[in-house]
Amino acid sequence: MAETVLTNAERRRTTATGWQGIVADWSSDQRAFKNVSWGKAMMWIFLLSDTFIFGCFLLSYMTARMSTTVPWPNPSEVFALTIAGQHIPLILIAIMTFVLISSSGTMAMAVNFGYRHDRRKTAMLMLVTAAFGAAFVGMQAFEWTKLIMEGVRPWENPWGAEQFGSCFFMITGFHGTHVTIGVIFLIIIARKVWRGDFETERRGFFTSRKGNYEIVEITGLYWHFVDLVWVFIFAFFYLW
Amino acid sequence: MVDVPSDVLAGIPPAEVGEVDLYHPRSWWTRYVFSQDAKVIAVQYAITAMAIGMVALVLSWLMRLQLGFPGTFSFIDPSQYLQFITMHGMIMVIYLLTALFLGGFGNYLIPLMVGARDMVFPYANMLSYWIYLLAVLVLVATFFVPGGPTGAGWTLYPPQAILSGSPGQEAGIIMMLLSLILFIIGFTMGGLNYVVTVLQGRTRGMTLMRLPLTVWGIFTATVMALLAFPALFVASVMMLFDRLLGTSFFMPTLVEMGQLGKYGGGSPLLFQHLFWFFGHPEVYIVALPAFGIVSDLISTHARKNIFGYRMMVWAIVGIGAMSFVVWAHHMYVSGMNPKFGFFFATTTLIIAIPTAIKVYNWILTLWRGDIHLTIPMLFALAFIITFVNGGLTGLFLGNVVVDVPLSDTMFVVAHFHMVMGVAPIMVVFGAIYHWYPKVTGRMLNETLGRFHFWVTFLGAYAIFFPMHYLGLLGVPRRYHDIGGTAFVPASAHDLNAFMSIAALIVGFAQLVFVFNMIWSLFKGKEAGGNPWNATTLEWQTPQTPPAHGNWGKELPVVYRWAYDYSVPGAARDFIPQNEPPASLTPKGAHP
Repeated sequence: MAETVLTNAERRRTTATGWQGIVADWSSDQRAFKNVSWGKAMMWIFLLSDTFIFGCFLLSYMTARMSTTVPWPNPSEVFALTIAGQHIPLILIAIMTFVLISSSGTMAMAVNFGYRHDRRKTAMLMLVTAAFGAAFVGMQAFEWTKLIMEGVRPWENPWGAEQFGSCFFMITGFHGTHVTIGVIFLIIIARKVWRGDFETERRGFFTSRKGNYEIVEITGLYWHFVDLVWVFIFAFFYLW
Repeated sequence: MVDVPSDVLAGIPPAEVGEVDLYHPRSWWTRYVFSQDAKVIAVQYAITAMAIGMVALVLSWLMRLQLGFPGTFSFIDPSQYLQFITMHGMIMVIYLLTALFLGGFGNYLIPLMVGARDMVFPYANMLSYWIYLLAVLVLVATFFVPGGPTGAGWTLYPPQAILSGSPGQEAGIIMMLLSLILFIIGFTMGGLNYVVTVLQGRTRGMTLMRLPLTVWGIFTATVMALLAFPALFVASVMMLFDRLLGTSFFMPTLVEMGQLGKYGGGSPLLFQHLFWFFGHPEVYIVALPAFGIVSDLISTHARKNIFGYRMMVWAIVGIGAMSFVVWAHHMYVSGMNPKFGFFFATTTLIIAIPTAIKVYNWILTLWRGDIHLTIPMLFALAFIITFVNGGLTGLFLGNVVVDVPLSDTMFVVAHFHMVMGVAPIMVVFGAIYHWYPKVTGRMLNETLGRFHFWVTFLGAYAIFFPMHYLGLLGVPRRYHDIGGTAFVPASAHDLNAFMSIAALIVGFAQLVFVFNMIWSLFKGKEAGGNPWNATTLEWQTPQTPPAHGNWGKELPVVYRWAYDYSVPGAARDFIPQNEPPASLTPKGAHP
């Protein structure tokens, strides 16, 4: 079904601002969020739901960490690497965080170029974002491998509370899955942009709907969210 | 109440222009099986939910046979009894009621009631159903795996849920958790659709405060589900890891069969918090759509506008918000800080206020109304009675000091069956009798319907009213056989037998209902487009049942709220929502 054409939205928005504008929008017909498309609204609400999932994961981890009677392993030591004879705590996590936050930058640029209909730059920047994301997942795989070699398992580890391994694998695994899904989506959308689907109004394979460059922004919303979640995981799991 | 915004009066441009970008099915398969039409998906959801509900009904018969006549039915051993109660609870709460109210009624009614052609994302909507079906199939499959389905109780409390003493520990619990995870994924796809359709997909003139209360109830419940199901999702994932990988999220150090187990350091209480953070909103996820639907049934069949529409809306929203801060009232005996008990008892009792507002408003809607005792109205009245009954015992259980002696007795079973079992099911029946003519074009048989109503309503009381008394005596729940316990008098056993016979009779009455639905599909009286003379948009469709795309060429334009019944001076005793006010009607046109 085509999105309805708003007939009186403009006038309401210009006559009321601030809180009154919000009240006017919510008491109007057709749409509560006047300039928000269906796709974008759906992504925002999905992210709200996903926030609760990560919130529950992190709260469960904190409960486990605070209630365990066995000492919690020191993350600075566990996640340290020895590079060129130097013992550097949290170095890999720092690089991973840097890579992921940089990817949010390239993503934001892709959105900008998308709305300018610059297909080449949009697709390239999305692919760069995807590459950053893949690099992040790759480094996470390296980190997992290293910890597994050192004897960390979901059910035990050499240094202390067994919930350390359980929470680590579960939370970073769940986040890594989100990043991987994001990378796949970025590649799919980049291909559509590159092929010019949104100029020719080509219909989607599954949904048989026409798309537009807003999908770049919607993908970006998801990507920034995954990035933001990582900041919380970084703070609560690695820095605590 | 004709409240038309001034700019609408200035002339209404067409609601939708250009080609209607719907997915048009090209074959029988995409029209009726892999359909993207919300109405077909709704019927698929409803049939699947009712089919799995029949399984849960049969399980309840088996439980009642054991409770009423202990020792007579040797094929029900204690493990099986626990499996029956677990699957009965899980199916009824999640796979029947949640799926039927949101997936069934939500899919059918939201697009029609807000004046949309379909849900906003029909493809995701279709996926939602198929993932739900997969979840149901995984659930059904647990009956056939070694060890059978899990017998941990529908709350699945660890540590016992995954320890070797519990029935279904081999595979049942794993598949139960997988099925829940699938259900949540499927529900999220549908839920996003319902929320965005209500917020962003309405037609011209349809403001939020003109929505029928049915939509408000389903909408609020969906928002709550999107925020509450994550907790169950996380709890399921963690327990799955505990069971499969040997992690100890929920598992403390314990001795199992004389051996020190492999687990250590986990918190069973954490699971309870996560579960009830989902579980309490879940009660209202089931109740709010029922509140909304029953408001519309009462208003339509009493030919009177709903009393206090705005209060009804705010009560729904308020109950929805409050239900997120009461979860630990399920955990008074779990070992919490006593101060938490005080907090959660207070919030629990505060919820009684918006709920009471709703009950008073229903009664004031009936007050001096032109009450037609149609079958939907009968079920709506039965809902008010059973809901008030169950709600009052909820006040008992919400208080810590009263709850502690009543915990894990039949009183609790009677309470929640009254308030979230019988009451919402009454609304489900009423809603089916009400909207069946729109879905199929034919009325359900009246005689069979009245028989179904009276047996179900009186029978439900025969089952659950004495159960309160058993609970006050101290009869525990979830016991296979209470045996010759000294404090349980012989009369209690007679009462149990009576309740079991009532349960069997009520169960068979549901077969009459199923027969009625099938028979009326072919032989029922032709309904016409608007058999109840209702105002809401779904009764104003050009075709009955509504065609693909719902509204011929142009979307309806809404001029008024959903409750213009018996308006003084109007030609008929109802004015449809899409009927323009007199000032806009050209001379000589239909009034």
